[in-house]
Amino acid sequence: MQFFLDFEKPLIELQQKIKELREYSSGTVDFSSEIKKLEKKASKLRDEIFSNLNRWQRTQLARHQNRPYTLDYIEHVFTDWFEVHGDRNYRDDPALVCGFARLNGEPCAIIGHQKGRDTKEKVYRNFGMPHPEGYRKALRVMQMAEQFNLPIFTFVDTPGAFPGIGAEERGQAEAIARNLREMAALTVPVIVTVTGEGGSGGALAIAVGNKVMMMQYSVYAVISPEGCAAILWNDGTLGPQAAEALKLTSSDINELDCVIDDVVPEPEGGAHNNPAEAAAQLKEYLVKHLAELQQLSPDGLVEQRYQKFRAMTRVNE
Amino acid sequence: MAWFKKSKAPIAPAEGKKVHVPEGLWTKCKNCQEIIYTKEIERNLNVCPKCDYHFRISARERIALVLDDGSFVETDPDMTSVDFLKFKDSKKYNDRIKASLKKAGGGDAVVTGSGTIEGLPAVLAVFDFSFMGGSMGSVVGEKITRAIELGLEMKAPVLVFSSSGGARMQESILSLMQMAKSSAALAKLKKAGLPFISVLTDPTTGGVTASFAMLGDLNIAEPRALIGFAGPRVIEQTIRQQLPDGFQRSEYLLEHGMVDMIVPRQELKARLSQILRIFQQKPAPGEPLPVPPVVEEAAPETAPAADTE
Ligand SMILES: [Zn+2]
Repeated sequence: MQFFLDFEKPLIELQQKIKELREYSSGTVDFSSEIKKLEKKASKLRDEIFSNLNRWQRTQLARHQNRPYTLDYIEHVFTDWFEVHGDRNYRDDPALVCGFARLNGEPCAIIGHQKGRDTKEKVYRNFGMPHPEGYRKALRVMQMAEQFNLPIFTFVDTPGAFPGIGAEERGQAEAIARNLREMAALTVPVIVTVTGEGGSGGALAIAVGNKVMMMQYSVYAVISPEGCAAILWNDGTLGPQAAEALKLTSSDINELDCVIDDVVPEPEGGAHNNPAEAAAQLKEYLVKHLAELQQLSPDGLVEQRYQKFRAMTRVNE
Repeated sequence: MAWFKKSKAPIAPAEGKKVHVPEGLWTKCKNCQEIIYTKEIERNLNVCPKCDYHFRISARERIALVLDDGSFVETDPDMTSVDFLKFKDSKKYNDRIKASLKKAGGGDAVVTGSGTIEGLPAVLAVFDFSFMGGSMGSVVGEKITRAIELGLEMKAPVLVFSSSGGARMQESILSLMQMAKSSAALAKLKKAGLPFISVLTDPTTGGVTASFAMLGDLNIAEPRALIGFAGPRVIEQTIRQQLPDGFQRSEYLLEHGMVDMIVPRQELKARLSQILRIFQQKPAPGEPLPVPPVVEEAAPETAPAADTE
């Protein structure tokens, strides 16, 4: 699907030109030197664009509709995947996928927000915004993982938990809160990756991990820039300003030195430019962190996770 | 997740504090619009004598209401917020902190400490909505976590009285993390078998509701308090339809199974005392603990095989 952000446009045009030249050069004419020149130019342009992205542009990248989603990462990183459904209470929530698979042959559980790419799927996935039953399904699967002594991988990509009447009536706040408390007590390794948008409590509800990573062009904040702008300036269109204030990029958060363990580098031009390479890169980090956590006892895992979150404090005293 | 919200609901408007007509002698109730002698409201624990509307009260007033006189020992009174992100909207966060500190005379949006409730030791964390909308940043999250850890140390029940618009945006990701940190501490309290009572007062929304405030062994609400995850305005804008009557009020939450009971302010202390005594197997005030029945024969070490013939 052809979709690009404003700041990607010059790059896309250049890539289009290269593609056309390639197609023409199959005959008698040889454009190889032109192609080489243009490729060099494209690479330079990409560097220029991507090294100067502001926080709003990075937010847009995190939301890029061609960005790999949880099911894409599952396909590239894991084998033997099967999905499980439902919270055993109300319904299945397609905005949050849960299941089991293998990482390098080792069985594990997987939890992740899931967005849709076309309009129909976007609606089906509720734009990646879970209802309480999504969080309850996730908890059911995480506790099942504990029962079978399987590590848990979670993938965070949501604008936030859904704000609606049904969600409130069925206890959105309670569902999120319970996950926070119960995840803290899990006796198996929990490895969290923010792949796209880490939007507030709806993200955190599957993100209480022993290790927390962010993909290079993902964002993570207490509120969306638009929501923040609506409250601060009564104007939701001031998202770009709010994004700057919220300091929500992986590099900003890495600087705090207490929230995330790693920033996973993305391929040139972002993960959507090469999902397979992005997934391969992520896999290395998942394997590395899992190996480290497997050195800890069940109680040690609980304590390590507690101390990790315990240290997230900036106060004067 | 915001610490500041406007409510369009007719009951308990966002500016739920007393409106002071000249000299503060008289107060106009925001709910029933009656002009009432301020002293009369105060004598009635800041509840409107005409319509039972519960005015917001400060953390200190709440502590005086719940704890035995003179029993409160405050913890971390001098912990204050830091503008570590250099957050700026119309004002710098740093200036907001300074202004709030000046207005409140120190502290932050929560007061913590220990004391006794009808003689029973307990640890308390009490929100002050007047301090930046009761919003939760690092200080609030840290003080609540320490309060829970103090409960663990003292083997005492922990009570949190919430009144908050949610996470403090000015601390961005770290304010979000306070939800996880405090809830993780509650996992320890639960494992230790100690009671955690959450009292939800007007208003409790956002990240506070979506963490400790909904995790009480019992969740207790004051009458007609606004309690929810998303603010009513956000929901209306998202679903583009009018919200049902009484939506996100205590009575609505009780009906939907989210709170255990609604307790009027006048009865709160007695009710808390009653609950804690039952949960901790202590006698009712003025009564001795019943003596457990004497077991005549020692129980066999293993259960005898079932004799079904
Ligand atoms: Zn009244």
